[in-house]
Amino acid sequence: MIDNLPFIAVAALIIIGLYAVLFRRNLIKIVIGIALIESGVNLFLVALGYRTGSIAPIYTSSPGGIMSYPVPQALTLTSIVIGVAVLALMLSLIIHIYRHYGSLDVRKLGGEDQ
Amino acid sequence: MSIMDFLLQQSPALIIAIPLLGAFLTPVISRISDKGRNLFVILILAFTAFLVFILAMHVFETGPMTYVFGSTQNVVSNNTVIRILFEVDALSAFMAIIGIIIAFAAAIYSWSFMDNETGLDKYYSLMLLMVVGMLGMVMTGDMFNFFVFLEITSIASCALIAFRTNKANAVAAGFKYIVISTIGALFVLMAIAILYGQYDALNIAKLAQSITFSFADKIALVLLVVALAMKGGIVPMHMWVADAYGRAPASISLILIAATQASLYGVFRVLFTLYGNVITMPSISLGWVMVILGLLTMLIGVIMALIQTDLKRLIAYGAVAELGYIFLAVGTGLTVLTTPENVANIAGYGFEAIKGGIFHIFNDILDIGLLFMVAGALYFATKESSLNKLGGLARNMKYTTVFFLIGLLAVSGIPPLNGFSSKLLIYESIFQLNPILSIIAILASIMLLAIFIKVFQSAFLGPALPQFSHVKEVPKSMLLAMGIVAALIVFIGLFPDLFVTNVVEPAANALINNQEYLQWLTGGI
Amino acid sequence: MLEEFIKTLLTGNGFWNPLVWILGFIVIFLVVYILRGYGNATYKKGTSQTQSFLSGNPEYEKQFMHVKASNLYWGWTNAMKWIIDILKKMHTGNVSDYVLWFVIVLGVLFIFVGLM
Repeated sequence: MIDNLPFIAVAALIIIGLYAVLFRRNLIKIVIGIALIESGVNLFLVALGYRTGSIAPIYTSSPGGIMSYPVPQALTLTSIVIGVAVLALMLSLIIHIYRHYGSLDVRKLGGEDQ
Repeated sequence: MSIMDFLLQQSPALIIAIPLLGAFLTPVISRISDKGRNLFVILILAFTAFLVFILAMHVFETGPMTYVFGSTQNVVSNNTVIRILFEVDALSAFMAIIGIIIAFAAAIYSWSFMDNETGLDKYYSLMLLMVVGMLGMVMTGDMFNFFVFLEITSIASCALIAFRTNKANAVAAGFKYIVISTIGALFVLMAIAILYGQYDALNIAKLAQSITFSFADKIALVLLVVALAMKGGIVPMHMWVADAYGRAPASISLILIAATQASLYGVFRVLFTLYGNVITMPSISLGWVMVILGLLTMLIGVIMALIQTDLKRLIAYGAVAELGYIFLAVGTGLTVLTTPENVANIAGYGFEAIKGGIFHIFNDILDIGLLFMVAGALYFATKESSLNKLGGLARNMKYTTVFFLIGLLAVSGIPPLNGFSSKLLIYESIFQLNPILSIIAILASIMLLAIFIKVFQSAFLGPALPQFSHVKEVPKSMLLAMGIVAALIVFIGLFPDLFVTNVVEPAANALINNQEYLQWLTGGI
Repeated sequence: MLEEFIKTLLTGNGFWNPLVWILGFIVIFLVVYILRGYGNATYKKGTSQTQSFLSGNPEYEKQFMHVKASNLYWGWTNAMKWIIDILKKMHTGNVSDYVLWFVIVLGVLFIFVGLM
């Protein structure tokens, strides 16, 4: 049971993040929800590469022993960088939206078809 | 080795590298001169189009072409694939051809359409980045690479949708687009992580070889299909399409359509190639789910389009309806798939349905592209975007009216233009599955005709209104771009068999049997 | 080379040749044009023969006679009011609702594929 703790944490992060995107009206809270989902997926990627009793996969002056897989760590780095860019873009768009609409309520952004 | 052989061998990398280099050089060149920057972008896209054409001709004759980044040997060691691989087969070449054609037309169109806006150096670099992302998405053979190019495309598209930051609803549409795209891409990444955790491979061919249909694979399949279908605008997740296409500048809506279809390409690649060896198990139920979603998309798209009064939003809902045709046709092909290695075993109409669906991707991008260009021309000439305020413009803008007529007839499937050829393939094959599907598809076509006749009547026909007496014809570069697309529409309409047997049939064949895709892995390099 | 250009497109159960269609269209157009030439070509200008018929309603100036876009297809939109109202309520423009639809379809497909 304790071995599965990272994956339970992943599920909890993603569900809480989805709850924030779906049911919160403040734009900043929606962005925080997306950041939570992204952290959950990154944690999932890193947790996949762990082997029991392994050390970090670095060759220089390593104390020996089995190493955990390095490929998921590389994938996670790429994903973190993409996430930073997307979050920066979303927050700058929120600044523009606040200047135009004067409020951060997500219900005010739409309604063209009503 | 001659220069043509060198270009052909390195073309998958050059197709990505040259627009990327252009995207980063564009702000530098735009400090020197504006017209020089426009010309530079058009030249870069023309050279990339040349490379795509020679690559496509090579791939249609011989089989898929693989390109390894970093080295020519040491691809498979210890039964794992260790480098990033681009694999261009006939379907990838098909999508790359239409993507680069429409991007070239959009660049020529932007020459005068965006003439009096500021920040144009950012516009052109972002447009080149979008082209890089779209071409990379269709040419890659590695799942994580697909995710990276998907994110590149969505970030560049979001910045371009919100380009006119002085308009409130453009920025709001950009925000909605980036939220939807990011959630879709994160679920795609989760599915890729599930597949990697099971099989220790990110390469599509290696995954396809070793996939079994375990419980985690089912979860990954559903996540991939639904997330990529959301990015592709399938009902009921289609609502961002109207906001995003309706608020972007018209020349960007063109490339956005091609980027949306590239996500649909992702769905087909996952279903038929990645899960190709095990697709016979869920094929009946997944196929029927695709058919029903395609029907809903067509109906809801046309009903919402009929009540719109904003021109670009109306065309966006029409684009959603056309996406329903593609999904419906390929779903029909999926329901009758028995075993992937015997194409002859597929009941005759399944293969025709897939051919019709893939042919319709090409026609849809051309037709809806032409309609968006006309909408942009109307906005450029009159500065009005609501249909209630337009009228009687056929007297002032003669060429635009002719192009709109061609686009109208093509999108509603009237002979002898290209919409009819692909829709005939779709009607005849889905009739064999169930006659009601064919009836609803023809009904949606008739309603598309009704929608665009409404646009024609309210914008072009009617008496000459006094507030539009100063309106002149749009500048020549916009007419040239519209002319290129219209000429291609008429050409494909008049000679459909030439196009279908040489371009569409290899693509449909490459989709159905994935043995050619796995050739390099099983045959051994 | 010319052979490839004029082949007919074979669907599974039918065929389509646009050049034959255009030829037929031209022939029928010529027949209709010649038949039209047999009609009566004279009319009196300036009398009520050249005015538009509006069932007795007064005719305003030209620019007020244009039917605007939201008034076209009035009969159809009125008859389908029940489904158009449902659809309009669905398209709220709220981005949380867009993601809610995504989660709903994800759930439905999970149950569907998982049961099979």
